[in-house]
Amino acid sequence: MSIFKRNPDPIGPLDYSRRFSLRFTVGLTLFFLYAPIVGLIVFSFNDSRRNVVWRGFTTDYYVKLFNNDALMLAFGNSLTIALFTTLFSTVLGALTAYVLWRYRFPGKAIYEGGMALPIVIPEICMGVAMMVFFARIGWPSGMIWPFNLSAITIAHIAFSFPFAAIVIRARLESFNPELAECARDLGASEFRVFRDVVVPHMKPGLIAGALLAFTLSLDDFVITFFTSGPDTVTFPVKIYSMVRFSVTPEVNAASTVLILLTLVVTAFALRMQNRNNMLGSSGH
Amino acid sequence: MSDTATAPSTGEPIIQIKNVSKIFGGTVKAVDEVNLEVQRGEFFALLGPSGCGKTTLLRMLAGFEVPTHGQVIIDGHDMSTVAPNKRPINMVFQSYAVFPHMSVEQNVAYGLKMDRRPAKEIRERVAEALDLVKLGHLGKRMPDEMSGGQRQRVALARALVKRPSVLLLDEPLSALDAKLREAMQMELVRLQKTVGITFVIVTHDQSEALSMANRIAVMNAGTVQQVAPPTTLYEAPANRFVADFIGKINMIEGDAVKAGEGEVTVTAPGIGEVTLAGTATGKVALAVRPEKIFVADNEPADPNVIKVKGKVGEVAYFGSYSNVFFDIGLAQPLQADISNVTTDVEEITFTAGEEYWVYWRKADTLVLGD
Amino acid sequence: MENWKRSAQAFFSAFTPPTFWLVAFFIVPLSLIWLYSFSMKTGVTEITLDWNLNQYARALEPLYLGIFWKSILMAAATTAICLVVAFPVAIAIVFSKPTMRMWLLLLVILPFWTNLLIRTYALIAVLRTNGFINGGLGWLVEKGDWLLSFVGLGDNTIIGPFEPLSLLYNNTAVIFGLVYVSLPFMVLPLYAALDRLDRSYLEASLDLGAGHFRTFFSIVVPLALPGIASGIVITFIPAMGSYLTPDLLGGTDSQMIANVIADQFKQANNWPFGAALSFLLMYATFFALAVRAVLMRKEGRGDVK
Repeated sequence: MSIFKRNPDPIGPLDYSRRFSLRFTVGLTLFFLYAPIVGLIVFSFNDSRRNVVWRGFTTDYYVKLFNNDALMLAFGNSLTIALFTTLFSTVLGALTAYVLWRYRFPGKAIYEGGMALPIVIPEICMGVAMMVFFARIGWPSGMIWPFNLSAITIAHIAFSFPFAAIVIRARLESFNPELAECARDLGASEFRVFRDVVVPHMKPGLIAGALLAFTLSLDDFVITFFTSGPDTVTFPVKIYSMVRFSVTPEVNAASTVLILLTLVVTAFALRMQNRNNMLGSSGH
Repeated sequence: MSDTATAPSTGEPIIQIKNVSKIFGGTVKAVDEVNLEVQRGEFFALLGPSGCGKTTLLRMLAGFEVPTHGQVIIDGHDMSTVAPNKRPINMVFQSYAVFPHMSVEQNVAYGLKMDRRPAKEIRERVAEALDLVKLGHLGKRMPDEMSGGQRQRVALARALVKRPSVLLLDEPLSALDAKLREAMQMELVRLQKTVGITFVIVTHDQSEALSMANRIAVMNAGTVQQVAPPTTLYEAPANRFVADFIGKINMIEGDAVKAGEGEVTVTAPGIGEVTLAGTATGKVALAVRPEKIFVADNEPADPNVIKVKGKVGEVAYFGSYSNVFFDIGLAQPLQADISNVTTDVEEITFTAGEEYWVYWRKADTLVLGD
Repeated sequence: MENWKRSAQAFFSAFTPPTFWLVAFFIVPLSLIWLYSFSMKTGVTEITLDWNLNQYARALEPLYLGIFWKSILMAAATTAICLVVAFPVAIAIVFSKPTMRMWLLLLVILPFWTNLLIRTYALIAVLRTNGFINGGLGWLVEKGDWLLSFVGLGDNTIIGPFEPLSLLYNNTAVIFGLVYVSLPFMVLPLYAALDRLDRSYLEASLDLGAGHFRTFFSIVVPLALPGIASGIVITFIPAMGSYLTPDLLGGTDSQMIANVIADQFKQANNWPFGAALSFLLMYATFFALAVRAVLMRKEGRGDVK
């Protein structure tokens, strides 16, 4: 990689990225961004109950983590919610993107604004709104798993499908409408056109949107906090309660696991996004 | 259009480029050991195809690139590494770069504000500059309300108002349509004479350079092929590249050996052996411009011409002359611009297949090496 | 684009599901709270909708107005700090070689993808009394003293003993935390705006005699203003409505508006009042968005060549 070779060109007046002052600032900023996270990960291996000073390497806390039933249950809940959310959000997001891309209709501008609301509104407002809503309409509680996660899932879907819609819409912009027209010309119904021609083109966008929804759901705290109950705890909510009690390496371990999971999913999403951008207007 | 005979200069050149090279990333040689001098008051052109290094050279004059080797000396001072805002040089950019968020007046005043001139002086000089480019009445307009040609004049005024020692222009006419281009060519020459400062322009259009400049440096692949006034470049190109780049020319491949002081004997298929003025030896091209070729029904008797029999191929009629291609038995046909007024033949129309004697003076023949 | 009537059936099949979800599970809940904000509490969980403005009046009392104001100020401080830090970073990225650029962007965005809770929690370890910063400073002081005493000055007590800085559970910590989580939000729009800027404007400015800072303020900032406005807004709004960061990093007097709202729905059990506060927060959010929309229309000139 070229950062390892010394650049022999003299520095030009606009070569800002080669000036020491800017390089120093960027380096400092990156250090500032990553040091706490790295510290957290490192200290998850700390052989010390109070986790203040480094005492030695151990993976004990990871063992404790995986043996912590409540935490594992919470993780299972989060995963379940995230999977259902992803499924529904991708579908709803795809439909939204399709409608907005293809059709003109009265009130479209307002509709688009409405679709942007979940993205723009502070999470706390949506969280309390959902809590009041479920309480008010008497949403049943005490249902068996996985139905007891339905309230959280519904809320997650509501706030994440607009995000998925944006990603999918971006992908649709490169779709050549003549392909759809051609399919119609050959006798396909609207549904078949959608399924056989549009969806395959949307695929990279669908995957990117799905991964986005998955990450948003998995990581969500505020909205989940207000829609969950004592028996429907999710991973971030459980970690929150652990953090409030104490700062132990177990919390670090749990955090590290979540970071890793998010990173893997994100890396995958970015690769999908790259294919999203690189494929041409009719590529598969 | 320009006084090609007089290249104004008073002693020391205003720009000296000494052994300048620019190498990108350690491997790409954009400019390769160039030596040039620009005289005061000249209209100087850097001419060449895309990628020849002319723009890089211009940017080194302006200060936006720093030479990897060599020196850029402006008005006697070595300014190779001096920042662009500290040089007595101003540039008109190819995209004009007129600041879109400022009015015409504010744009033109910008450089003077940087010099911290008093407000009254700025107002006067801005008005003067706008009058010079005939935009006096448009001072309060915003750039997005103006045409491309007008924005170029704003860029010109903005640079000239600072009274730089040298004005650099990067492909000034490339974005204009044909009619406007012709008008601007004359405008720029007129401006340069009025203001009296040195202009250095970069262009890939040889007819532009020929019509506007006092002297032209023809560049290719980072090196200067020839520096000369337009007539010299046209009539006495130094090598194949220059001959081919400037105007149209016919080239017949052959071999040359030295035959005396300033003379070589060239052997070329289809032509035979002929002794001409020249210095290039080895593999050479015998070259002659199309308008120097004449046509006759009978074999010319003059011993000072080179003559071949040619069969008419394609003909393009242009009214006052015809561009006729003659097959003379070689791979490439000979191109001739035959005047429809002074030709030796009875008829002035040419039909394919007709045979004529095609000839031109030995004195008009060039012997070109690489 | 097609008129929806041309294929009405297809249109409705695609239109209905997302719209249903949006209305039923977003608009309706929000409307519900909106109604609650005009209601009065008449029992443990009972309320009466009597269209009074008492809740709003109470929300505008000095106590709560003060918290609103503090939230705005802290969000503003966060945004300002982010702007100052993000600009050089964005400039460095824009002017780098393409491969470098991709990596730098990735590095800056990556933390954004990690869980907010975790990032904030990581800061606790950094800021607390025996955390990284204090630990590091303490070590420096100790070594400094040792060095001086080694040279014969003092007795290990010149600079020390080290008083750990109280960096956690106060406003500073909250702002620090908000900057920490918001920085990527600011870098991206700045980068996008700078990327679209034609470099010949910068060169022209330098050519005419301006220095780098002058060029920055006279040319770069006005032409990149829409991007700057975007960055400011997408940093400011989440910071203003932030819950986790003040909750984990703040002290009792660093409560922000989101914490107060949460209180009303959990401990204090005063849903109507919480509803009113929520809506005031939403109006503030919409106001910020409106300001951005105006700014973007005024200064969209950077695209003209």
